[in-house]
Amino acid sequence: MSSRTVAVFGATSAIAEQVARRLAVRGSRFFLAARDPTRLERIAADLAIRGAASVHTHAADFDEPAALQPVLEAMERAVGVPDVVLVAFGTLGDQAAIARDVEAVRRSLTTNFTSPACLVTALAEKMERAGRGLLAVVTSVAGERGRASNYVYGSAKAGLSTFLEGLRHRLASSAVQVLDIRPGPVDTPMTRELGRAWPLLASPERVAADIERAIDRRRAILYTPWFWRWIMLVIRAIPEPVFRRLRL
Amino acid sequence: MVSGFPESEARLSWGRVHRARHRIARPSSPEAAMAALARRGELSVLPFGLGRSYGDSCLNPDGLLIATRGLDRLLAFDPARGILRAESGVSLADLLDTVVGRPAPDGGVWFLPVSPGTRFVTVGGAIANDVHGKNHERAGSFGRHVRAFGLLRSDGRILRCAPEENAELFAATIGGLGLTGLILEAELQLVSVPSLRLETEDIRFADLEGFYRLAAESKDWAYTVAWVDCLARGRALGRGVFSRARHLAGSRESVRPPGPPRLSIPLDPPYSPLNPLSLRLFNALLFHRLGPGGRRSAIRPYPAVFYPLDSIGAWNRLYGPRGFWQYQCVVPPDGAPRTIARLLETIAGSGEGSFLAVLKTMGDVPSPGLLSFPMAGTTLALDFPNRGAATLELLARLDRIVLEAGGRLYPAKDGRMPADVFRAGYPNWQRFADHVDPAFSSAFWRRVGNLDGRISPRRGTR
Repeated sequence: MSSRTVAVFGATSAIAEQVARRLAVRGSRFFLAARDPTRLERIAADLAIRGAASVHTHAADFDEPAALQPVLEAMERAVGVPDVVLVAFGTLGDQAAIARDVEAVRRSLTTNFTSPACLVTALAEKMERAGRGLLAVVTSVAGERGRASNYVYGSAKAGLSTFLEGLRHRLASSAVQVLDIRPGPVDTPMTRELGRAWPLLASPERVAADIERAIDRRRAILYTPWFWRWIMLVIRAIPEPVFRRLRL
Repeated sequence: MVSGFPESEARLSWGRVHRARHRIARPSSPEAAMAALARRGELSVLPFGLGRSYGDSCLNPDGLLIATRGLDRLLAFDPARGILRAESGVSLADLLDTVVGRPAPDGGVWFLPVSPGTRFVTVGGAIANDVHGKNHERAGSFGRHVRAFGLLRSDGRILRCAPEENAELFAATIGGLGLTGLILEAELQLVSVPSLRLETEDIRFADLEGFYRLAAESKDWAYTVAWVDCLARGRALGRGVFSRARHLAGSRESVRPPGPPRLSIPLDPPYSPLNPLSLRLFNALLFHRLGPGGRRSAIRPYPAVFYPLDSIGAWNRLYGPRGFWQYQCVVPPDGAPRTIARLLETIAGSGEGSFLAVLKTMGDVPSPGLLSFPMAGTTLALDFPNRGAATLELLARLDRIVLEAGGRLYPAKDGRMPADVFRAGYPNWQRFADHVDPAFSSAFWRRVGNLDGRISPRRGTR
């Protein structure tokens, strides 16, 4: 696959960084945006050595509505309307701490739903006008059934998945592709900070390889690792009275 | 405060003999590493890379390991001079995938200046163990090709160390087993080679004399190593196969970097398939595979020459649930043939066979570290299935032979050497101890460096 232009929002996320490394080897041109400018610079240096043709960075907090316009302008100055966009920011947070805190719920829904949905809206608009592009957004298998252990995060991701589904429907007649990436738990700082054991933890490298393949094949929905499609199929099928008694 | 760091009781070192409880921090940026170090509380700290150290030098039971694998960014590469700056958790495999093989101005390609037997080690680990490779005679140890590094100390300072800047700390950290602080990033000097393909020769030798003759005849070969049949006794003592290699000139063919291992040992076999019978078969096979001529030449890509064992993932599991002991010594050139013969006789007579015994002459290029293992002489590396007291007793006998000869043991391979063996082999150890970070410690250091019991297991304070 040839080189191309790539914009990554949430570029310091472990998954996004691994995807970017894979795309860098092909000589892609990058626009990277994230909150932390120091970490962005280090990642930019790394991608350039790995083969990226160019790397531009922009520090922004996507939860600030006022940050949206400048980041999009910076993107267009750097790479125009990109061939591939990856939206990968999000916060898991400690559900036990969030569950009874109205402000914490608001923050989680903002970061995990409102902000990416608004960003994707603006990006889709540009891609639609350009008549090309692939919009890849990281959601989660957690969005497939509400569970006591992570339903705030999960519901935001469910909303985002539904949003992407609708957007894909709307853009069906255009050349713009929408990819909904649904990883299971991945071994990243986001999962690690909770300090608990996760079942079937996947490495970001493996998830990134799956994402790269899904981008190349222009898939609509990706479960990564693959077995989560079947696990979630079973979990969704559990009748509510039974599900209520399960500790999942 | 101890909370916030996940706990592990996994077997974290390659020999799989040691098992201990650790807290583990896994920073993905230098800032996160500083934060983890700052909230260590009462825990002593040790950096942890890819866990290829065999024994307990990479372990810190009941303490905190700062895993560096998330610090894996390449920061700068100068293709004209072959100088690479990278975070310390970058593995040599990462470098082979990226900068190795890029064109150098002299028409060659950039390559690792020194390569240990596995590419799955981090740059930080290669410095902390001052690793060596098959080209030791010419290139010396890994530390010689380190231009500088940034060292994070427990007081929060980051010190730039180079041969002319914080020189003592530089020398203490190379081969310093992670005890002097956390290396955040390092600057390496790569080497230009004619190509990534090598001309190789395997030559059978009948005894130790044959080995030394081949070693002396191989001055034109950059890389040399030999396998010895450690079951052979009497007149066949020290027989084996000598392998030598050099970069092929004028080869334009590119070499693909090695991918992940094709074959992997997915779980722990309940019994080890490596037993006295398979050991005998394997060693006989290695000795006779060259056919009646006893010599074979070939052109091979570098992964096959440098990393044959890397093609089997988690091969260490083949030793079964009890794991195995590695033993690597180096003895000075004077009297080396006699000493190596005594070691091999002792092993052959003990019934504790080593599956893979590796023999190599080392050059007199000085090693830069206070605790560097490499020195002029002959090194012998062995691995023994862990059979408890019998194996340990044999290793203790080998210790005495090495000590008498004025040799020393490789800490990266060790999980049991007594303090007196360590101190006799490393006369600079007290100078080194002055540079150990007060918050840093390891199981190895508590055993061999414990000055009057001043290092408690919980806190590395001296």
